[in-house]
Amino acid sequence: MRQAGWKRWLMQNTGFAVALLLLAVLYFAYNLIHPRGFSSAVAIQNANETVAIAFVAMAQTLPVLLGGLDLSVGAVMTLTNCIASELLNGSPLQILLGMVVTLLAGAAFGLANGLIVVYGRIQPIIATLATGAVAIGLALLVRPKPGGDVDEDLSWALTNAVFDFAETYGLADSGNAWWLRPFADIPVPLILLAGVACLVWLPFRRSVTGRTVYAIGSAEGAAFMTGLPIARAKITAFTLGGFLAACGGLYLAIQTSSGNADIQQAGAYTLNSIAAVVLGGTSLLGGVGSAIGSIIGAMILRVISFYFRILDIDPLLQPLIEGLILLIAVSFGAIRTLRVKNQLDLFR
Amino acid sequence: MCRAIVEYRCISKHFAGIRALENVDFSCHAGSIHGILGENGAGKSTLIKIMAGVLQPDAGEMLLDGNPVVFSGPQAASEAGIICMFQELSLVPDLSVADNISITHPPRRFGFIDRREQVRRAEALLARVRCEDVDPNALVRELSLSRRQMVEIAKALGRDPKVLILDEATSALTSHDVQTVYDLLADLKAKDVSLLFISHRMQEVETLCDTLSVFRNGQHIETFAKGEKTDREIVRLMIGRDVEAQFPPKPPLRPAAERDEPVLQVKGLKWENRLNGIDIAVRRGEIVGLGGLDGQGQNELLLALFGVLRGVEGEVVIGGRKGIPASPAAAKSARTRLALVPEDRKTQGLMLGMPIADNLLAASYGKISRGPFIDLALAGKTASDGVEKLRIKLGSTADPVMTLSGGNQQKVVIAKWLAIDPDIILLNDPTRGIDVGTKQEIYRLMRELANAGKAILFYSSDYAELIGCCDRVSVFYGGRVVSEQVGEEITEESLVAASLNVDVEAA
Repeated sequence: MRQAGWKRWLMQNTGFAVALLLLAVLYFAYNLIHPRGFSSAVAIQNANETVAIAFVAMAQTLPVLLGGLDLSVGAVMTLTNCIASELLNGSPLQILLGMVVTLLAGAAFGLANGLIVVYGRIQPIIATLATGAVAIGLALLVRPKPGGDVDEDLSWALTNAVFDFAETYGLADSGNAWWLRPFADIPVPLILLAGVACLVWLPFRRSVTGRTVYAIGSAEGAAFMTGLPIARAKITAFTLGGFLAACGGLYLAIQTSSGNADIQQAGAYTLNSIAAVVLGGTSLLGGVGSAIGSIIGAMILRVISFYFRILDIDPLLQPLIEGLILLIAVSFGAIRTLRVKNQLDLFR
Repeated sequence: MCRAIVEYRCISKHFAGIRALENVDFSCHAGSIHGILGENGAGKSTLIKIMAGVLQPDAGEMLLDGNPVVFSGPQAASEAGIICMFQELSLVPDLSVADNISITHPPRRFGFIDRREQVRRAEALLARVRCEDVDPNALVRELSLSRRQMVEIAKALGRDPKVLILDEATSALTSHDVQTVYDLLADLKAKDVSLLFISHRMQEVETLCDTLSVFRNGQHIETFAKGEKTDREIVRLMIGRDVEAQFPPKPPLRPAAERDEPVLQVKGLKWENRLNGIDIAVRRGEIVGLGGLDGQGQNELLLALFGVLRGVEGEVVIGGRKGIPASPAAAKSARTRLALVPEDRKTQGLMLGMPIADNLLAASYGKISRGPFIDLALAGKTASDGVEKLRIKLGSTADPVMTLSGGNQQKVVIAKWLAIDPDIILLNDPTRGIDVGTKQEIYRLMRELANAGKAILFYSSDYAELIGCCDRVSVFYGGRVVSEQVGEEITEESLVAASLNVDVEAA
């Protein structure tokens, strides 16, 4: 029984489609209400506030696809944020090196998580609870007090529109080249996010290792019996998770020009990342979903918080309303169970 | 028969002191279909798991093409060309059919998986197993069990096996598919592949295999060419003793006037498009069979009666009360006292990781607790009663139920339900994948229960069982009962004819 391509896609990606629609509606309405809606300035500000959580949500997606949870993503982001706040200065080469070191540190931490989970045979949730605390501890050693020294040009260039980026580094006639015109108003942070998604996530998804990650989350026994490289896939997934969390930490350092080993912030990022993953249509049981969905999920979470700024709502109500909206949003995922006629299908 | 591909030399394997294989010499050859027979627990699964790299032998060595090999895992075995289709399906439900077929070595372009090529490959392989109706882009979870098995076969074919092991790989197939698979296997045999075939269906083994090996108690008893021994001799080798009567005697049919009211009466039962107006009645002391091809609504009827399905229409009277139970919990309650031995014991019948005792008690906590607390003395007695009544072979009731053989696991499921002392027992193919000895025990038990006044509704995919066990058989076709046969009328010919919905007499 063949179906049209888009119909099949919609059936297999209902969660993602609903998230995309929700985001579109929420963000459109937000811009309508906003006094300076539909302007580049608003888009840039929003993008800046979204990138870090979007990266962390992408990082969380990998362990969730395996059928686990990573409680250390927020802590790894914090640790790499602190490392970056020390290294992102000096000559362009030194700055570049600093970025590489930051990202490698995150990947290394993820690798350690993966090795512990695979060879220590410890469940991800408990292993990462412990390593998350270690990461925060290291972050405090690196940066006992908030602060940092991040190159100002870099900070300016990466947190504004493409035009500003070109102007800062004197590229494309300082941003006035004709071919840059159509892109000049796009926020750089969005390009970074899209770049990582396209250059890291999409190739990963189309690799044998990536597919093994899905296979493990869906039916680990079948994956093993089929002779798939299970250990390698798990370790790679956690390493990639660490790398993506480091992308978040790196960006946070650039955005805030500082590092802050804030335990509460780390915890909040971890929990929000789980919410974003679920909102984006990834199943907590594993095997279904994608990091692109998690980016959408993170954006939805952020857009909801933007509303509080422009509507005159008591900020004390924010957590309450956010919680309720999250509950309603994830309830959509449960609607299908009302249609199930064979109750046994509920347990598959 | 020519060269041996895989050869075992004195291989032994023990699990926690229990021997699974003892000094086994065994070999399988290129261009041969080799059937492996034995009761559950005879060592068949251990034999093939060693070959497939899932288990490592404790002693002895395995030769591949004459050279000693040690497989570190399934990956190493499949790289060496030994492909195994296990009883439990090895497909990944959330990936597409095409993904699954090429899962280990997908076609690539620039280092990435080439999806289009992958779909083309899947289409070609699906065509080879004559399943053109399966969409390569569909998720495996969307397919029926029989389609999944065919996809599994396509996947195995795509990996170019040198040795192909089929472990109960045809258990859920429709008769059309079975023929396709037979043709394929013959084709592979002609191409010098070595095939190992494990099935509890004697007929299948007989038609397909050229060589047979019998295992018993972890030992390789004998290997012989097909046709050298009669069925009776083979069964004797398998169970180590003579089989007298395969089925317990049935009581004489009572004349209509003496029959009492049915304890279970179903009229015009409908659900989705799977049940299209089922009428069926079961009296106390009766075993009523549900016949027909797989997937004609037999399973759905049992699930509907047990309260698993929603939106069921029609009239059901159970023990004089009208109405379908709303859930399994309601079905087993004192009002209706229904029990269902489900289709898949591993996911629906048992909590595999939990102790045998807990599984035995799982349905009857209401009976063995005082207030909110479980009465340990009563619990222990109930569990040991179940073990004794069904003669379950076990070490300790504290062991996880997954340590038992398939037949003993099924006995645990049955004992669990007998513990609630049900009035009506629904059995969904209770002997699937179970050894001959245990099958006979189950037949005997069914008759004993019927004689004790229980009403039994029994679905089986094996005609011989329906003929041997049932007082009456209702044959299903397309969600309807197309024929009802009583007593002597039940013959293989009449059942097959009714299953295919053809009228023998008219034809």
